[in-house]
Amino acid sequence: MKDVREALMLGRASDGKPVRRPLSPHLQIYRPQITSALSIFHRITGVALAAGTLLLVWWLAAAAGSDAAYATVSGFLRSPIGYLLLFGWTVALWYHFCSGLRHLAWDAGRGFELAQVHASGKLVLVATAVLTVATWVIGLAAL
Amino acid sequence: MSDKTFAPTVMRSMLGRARGLGSAKSGTAHWWAERVTAAALVPLSLWFVFSIFRLEGAPRAAVAHWAAWPVNATLLAALVLTTFHHVQLGLQAVIDDYIHGEAARLVVLLAMRAGCVLLALAALIAVLKLAFTG
Repeated sequence: MKDVREALMLGRASDGKPVRRPLSPHLQIYRPQITSALSIFHRITGVALAAGTLLLVWWLAAAAGSDAAYATVSGFLRSPIGYLLLFGWTVALWYHFCSGLRHLAWDAGRGFELAQVHASGKLVLVATAVLTVATWVIGLAAL
Repeated sequence: MSDKTFAPTVMRSMLGRARGLGSAKSGTAHWWAERVTAAALVPLSLWFVFSIFRLEGAPRAAVAHWAAWPVNATLLAALVLTTFHHVQLGLQAVIDDYIHGEAARLVVLLAMRAGCVLLALAALIAVLKLAFTG
């Protein structure tokens, strides 16, 4: 035994013989479901938003800096790449926001029935789409 | 080690096996902080998105004037600090899950923390400069 933690894998078969306890199957074994897909998407959007904070810091630093620095960041955000990043940022923000509320509801012990989990998952997707479109409609109209 | 011949030779009590694998005493602090910052970010991020609607396309002077208003400066500082605390907690969970090996995990974790602290300080200094000099 290389690692003392191996001792935690000790189990006994029904005939009493010591056996190594089975591990649960790896992720690839399972059929993709809305529950698992939305879960990993919460993490992916979280990491994306973490990367997106660079944009926030750049914008704040430029606003505190000079007119030229602010013009540079404004120009970047108005470029095709800037719009693409902002759109992705909006999707990630609203998804992580809605999905985060779903997680907080679970943390409060609510919505654990399978039907509720599926319904809230679909609601998160619809809300993300609606909020993203609304943000861009308002944002472009205000421009 | 095959399944059939698995027979541990270590004779230890259950307590002895559990020791050194981490305690639950402070284990909930990370989980709680993640939830508390998430709850705080609900109103803060909504406020930020609505603020952006008002600020987009505005010249720097208008943005600086907006950020110099104490309420906005306070909320901006709260947004920055809460965001980076939440980011740091979330990325730690990702690193704990996917980076294997204690040394590699520690290096990546400390690098991520350093990045978060530096970005948070840069953002905070920008907010304070705007607050004090408009």
